[in-house]
Amino acid sequence: MIVEGGHYALVLALALALIQSTVPLLGARWRDPALMNVARSTALAQLLFVGVSFAALVTLHVTSDFSVLNVYENSHSMKPLIYKITGVWGSHEGSMLLWVSILALFGGLLAAFGNNLPLSLRAHVLAVQAWIASAFYLFILTTSNPFLRIPNPPMEGRDLNPVLQDIGLAVHPPMLYLGYVGFSISFSFAIAALLEGRIDAAWARWVRPWTLLAWIFLTLGIAMGSYWAYYELGWGGWWFWDPVENASLMPWLAGTALLHSALVMEKRNALKVWTILLSILTFSLSLLGTFLVRSGVLTSVHAFATDPTRGVFILLILCVFIGGSLTLFAGRASRLKQGGLFAPISREGALVLNNLFLTTACATVLVGTLYPLVLEVLTGDKISVGAPFFNLTFAPLFVPLMAAVPFGPMLAWKRGDLLAATQRLTAAGIAALSAIALAWAWARGGAALAPLAIGLAVFVIGGAITDIAERTGLFRVPFAIALRRARGLPRSAWGTAFAHAGIGVALIGIVCETTWNSEFIGTMKPRDTVDVAGYSLTLNGVVQRQGPNYREQVASFMVSIDGEPLSTMTPSKRSFTTRGMSTTEAALLSRGFSQLYISLGDSSADGGTVVRIYHKPLVLLIWFGPVLMAFGGMLSLSDRRLRVGVPKAAKALRGLQAAE
Amino acid sequence: MTLWFVFALMTAAAIFAVLLPLGLRGSKPSQGSEATVYKDQLVEIDRDLAAGLIAAGEADAARTEIGRRLLAAADPKNSPPLQSNQALRRLAAVVALVGLPAVALAVYLPMGSPRLPDFPLAARSRAPDAQPLDGLVAQVEQHLEQNPTDGRGWSVLAPVLLRLGRYDEAVRAFRNSLTYGGESAERHADLGEALAAAANGVVTAEAKSEFDRALALNADEVKASYFLGLAAEQDGRKADAAKIWHAMLDKAAPDAPWRPLVQAALLRVGSPAAPALSDQTVAAAQDMKADDREAMIRGMVDRLATRLKQNGDDVEGWLRLVRAYLVMGDRDKAKSALSDARQAVANDAERLRQLNEGLKTLGIDG
Repeated sequence: MIVEGGHYALVLALALALIQSTVPLLGARWRDPALMNVARSTALAQLLFVGVSFAALVTLHVTSDFSVLNVYENSHSMKPLIYKITGVWGSHEGSMLLWVSILALFGGLLAAFGNNLPLSLRAHVLAVQAWIASAFYLFILTTSNPFLRIPNPPMEGRDLNPVLQDIGLAVHPPMLYLGYVGFSISFSFAIAALLEGRIDAAWARWVRPWTLLAWIFLTLGIAMGSYWAYYELGWGGWWFWDPVENASLMPWLAGTALLHSALVMEKRNALKVWTILLSILTFSLSLLGTFLVRSGVLTSVHAFATDPTRGVFILLILCVFIGGSLTLFAGRASRLKQGGLFAPISREGALVLNNLFLTTACATVLVGTLYPLVLEVLTGDKISVGAPFFNLTFAPLFVPLMAAVPFGPMLAWKRGDLLAATQRLTAAGIAALSAIALAWAWARGGAALAPLAIGLAVFVIGGAITDIAERTGLFRVPFAIALRRARGLPRSAWGTAFAHAGIGVALIGIVCETTWNSEFIGTMKPRDTVDVAGYSLTLNGVVQRQGPNYREQVASFMVSIDGEPLSTMTPSKRSFTTRGMSTTEAALLSRGFSQLYISLGDSSADGGTVVRIYHKPLVLLIWFGPVLMAFGGMLSLSDRRLRVGVPKAAKALRGLQAAE
Repeated sequence: MTLWFVFALMTAAAIFAVLLPLGLRGSKPSQGSEATVYKDQLVEIDRDLAAGLIAAGEADAARTEIGRRLLAAADPKNSPPLQSNQALRRLAAVVALVGLPAVALAVYLPMGSPRLPDFPLAARSRAPDAQPLDGLVAQVEQHLEQNPTDGRGWSVLAPVLLRLGRYDEAVRAFRNSLTYGGESAERHADLGEALAAAANGVVTAEAKSEFDRALALNADEVKASYFLGLAAEQDGRKADAAKIWHAMLDKAAPDAPWRPLVQAALLRVGSPAAPALSDQTVAAAQDMKADDREAMIRGMVDRLATRLKQNGDDVEGWLRLVRAYLVMGDRDKAKSALSDARQAVANDAERLRQLNEGLKTLGIDG
C-alpha cells in the first residue's frame, strides 16, 4: 500500500499542478479573488502530496522493498541506514522526485508566506511555478517513474554506486537542488511580471529574498560538492572544470549577477529589463544543468542516467521553457518603462560592471562546456576543453572583477566619487601591498603571479573590513559610539561585507593550494618513511577489515614533525562485492587551514602499496570562503526589512544611500 | 479494498483543496500592494535620518523619489477592482470534481500495480519459503566444506549463489557439480552462464566453450543456444546471432517461457521475430537479464573510461578498457582508447612497456 499510495500521491500532485497552472490565470484575467486564491491552496496541497510520495519512497528504501524496481536497482538490505535514506536521491528516479519535491516546497513556501504580494502577482507566479511542476511530473511519470514494480521481487538488491555511499550524498544534492530549483521562483516572478505587463521597484523587493535563498543554498551546495570530490575521488583535486561542475557554476554566476541587479532595481528602479532577462537566464541555466546531467550526453561521475528518451524529454522541456520565456521577453520587454538614471561612476555603475563581468564569465563557461558537445554532434570529433581553457579565459575576467569589488560598496547611489572611494581604500591597498611583499619573501618557487593574486585577495578582504569601518566610523568616533553604530547597522551591510570577504578568503586558499602544494607519489612498504613538507610519514602496516557491505584495506600511517609523533592517519580502499567496484577513502589531517592528504592506490605483488601523499597549504580556505559568503547571504536574508511574509512588518528599503 | 479507500480519501482531499477557496465568500482576501512597500521605504528613510546614517538633504531627495513611485502605484488604473465571477467559479468547481479524479485515474491506472502488495524485507523474511536464505546458504556451504564431493549439494547451492550475485563462487560451485555430479548439457550451460555473469555479461571464450560442450551433448539445450547467439552478437556478427535465435524460436513450443526474451534479443540485432511481442514480454521483464547486463557493462565501461581520463597511470585499466571495447565490437573506440593510453603513459617508460606487452597478448601489436 505504501508503494501504490506514494505512486497515486504523485499522480494527484500532477492533477493539482494542472489545475494550479490554469485556474488562477483565469482568475487574474477576470479579477476574481476566489479563483486567484485557488493557486494558494493547490500549491499547499501539491506540496502535501509530493511530500507523501517522497516519504513513501524513503520508507520503501528503508524497508528494502525490492518489489520496487528503483529500490532493487539502488539499494541493498545490508546497507547502513543512512545510505538507505540518502540512496533515495542517489538514483536518477529518486533524485528527480527530490527535484519536484523541492519545487513544490518553494511553491508551498510562497503560498504560505507570500501574504505581502498583490493577489494577481501571487496567482501568476504560482501558476508559472505549476507549469514547471507539471512538465517535470509528466517527465517523472512517463520516463523515470520511481514506483514501477517487479512482480516477483528478487532476494537482494544491486546496491548503490559505492562512490555515492558517503555522507556527502546526504548534503550535496539536496543543497544543490534547493539552489537550482530556488531560482525557479525568480523565473516565475519574471514571467508573471511579463504576463502582467507591470514591473517596478516593489517587484525587485519581493523577488530578492527568494533569489538570495536560492543563492545561499547553491553556494553551499557547490562548495560541499567540491569538498566531497576532494576527499572521495582520491586524487586531491577540488575542481576539475567537469561539464557537470560547470553546469552548477553557470547558474551561480548568473544568480550572483541577478542578486546585484535586483538590488539596483529595488533601490533605484533601474535595470528592469536586464533583471528580468537575468531571472530567465539563471533558471534556464539550471534547466540546462539538469539536461546535461540527466540526458546522458556527458560521461562523468554524475552521469548515472543514460537513456535517450529521458534526454529527448528534458530537451523538450528545456526548449519550451527557455524558448517560450525568451519569446515572451522579446515581445513584452519593450513595454516596460525605463527607470532612474545614473552616472557611470556610481553604485549602480559599479553593479552594472559587476554584472558585465559575471555574465561574460558565465558565457565563457557556457562556451567551454557546450563547444565540445556541439562539435561532436556536427563533426563527430571528440575534444575535451579542460582547465587550460578556463584558466586562460575565466581567470582574466575574475581578476578585474575582484579588483572592483571593494569599490562598489564605497560609491554612492546615482553619483559616486571614485577619488574619495580610492582614498578610503588606501588602508586596504597598503595591506595588499604588504601581503604581496611578504608572500614574495616567504615563498620558495611556484608561479610568479601567485603573490600578486594573494595581494588581490587581501585587498578584497581589506575592502570589506574598510566598508564596515567606514559605516560605523571606527577610528573616527569614540569606540563606544562605533560599537553602537555597528549594532544599528543594517544586517544586509554586514552580509555584503562577509560575502565579499568570502571571495577573498577562497582566493587565498585557491592560490596557496595550487602554487605551494607538495606531493609524494610512490610505492611504500611497511616501515617505510617519507618526508613531505616537513612532516615525516611512516607506514605502520596494512590490515584487512570487513565493513557492512564491503571489505576494506586500511593502511595506518604515523605522522610526526621534527621527530615528535603527531597523529595517526588511516586511509583505506574499499571494495564492494555486489557492484564489483572499489572506492578510496582518503585520510585527512587538518593543521590550521592546511591539510595532509593520503590516499591509497593499488597494491603490488611484493607487498608494497601505491600511496599518494599531499600537503595542501591553506586548502580549507577554499571552502571556508563560500561558507562565509553563504553566511553573509543569511545575514542579509535575516535583515528585518527583507524578511519574507510578515505582513505589515517594517520591511522598507534604505532608499537613497548616502556616502557618509 | 483498503487501497481504493485510501485513494478515494486522497482524491477527496485534493478536490477539497481546490474547492475551499471557491467556497469562501465575502471575506476580503489579504494581499499586499506596491504602496505598502513604498510606505515602508518612507518609514525607513525617517529611521535612517534619526540614526544619523543619511543627511537631511539626501533624505528629502529620497522622499521625493519614493513619493513619485507611491503616486504611480496608487493609480487606480493599475489595479482594477476585484469582482466575483460565479460562472467561472462553477466551471472551476466542475473541473475539480470531475477533471481531477479523471486525470488522476487515467494517469495512474496504466502505470500503477494496485494489486501488488508491499514486499518489505521484514515481511519477506517471515515468509516460510524465502528467508532465512543467508542462513541456509551458510549451512549448505558448511556441509560442502566437510563433504566436498557431494555433487547434489553443489548443484543445489550453485544456482542460489548465481541469483545472489556471488558469481565467482557460483562458477566454482557449478564446476564442482560438474565434477562430482556427472556431466550433463544443462550443467555445462549453467556453468557457462555463471562464467558470463562473472565477466559482467560478456560471453568469454571460456564460457563459449562450455556452451559448445553443452550443445554437443544435447543439441536442443536452450540456454546454451541463447548464449551462443549472445556471443555472436557481442562479436559483432549480428546475422549469425539472428540465425541462431530464429532457429531456437522455430523449434520451440509456442508457450515456451523464454520466447519473449529471445524475441527481444532479435529486435536488438535488428531482425524482429515474426510474431509481435506478447504480453508476456512485460511479465518476463525480470528474466531480461541479458539486456540489463548489457546496460550494466556499458555503464561500467563508461565509468572505467572516465576514471582513466582523470587518472591515466593505470595500465591494467587501459588494457581492460581496450579489451572491453573489442568485446563490444567497437573497434574505433578501442583504437581511440589505445592512443589515449599511449599518450597517458608516454612519460613513463616502464608503464609504456607494460602497455605494449599487454596489447600483444590482446592480439593487437604495438
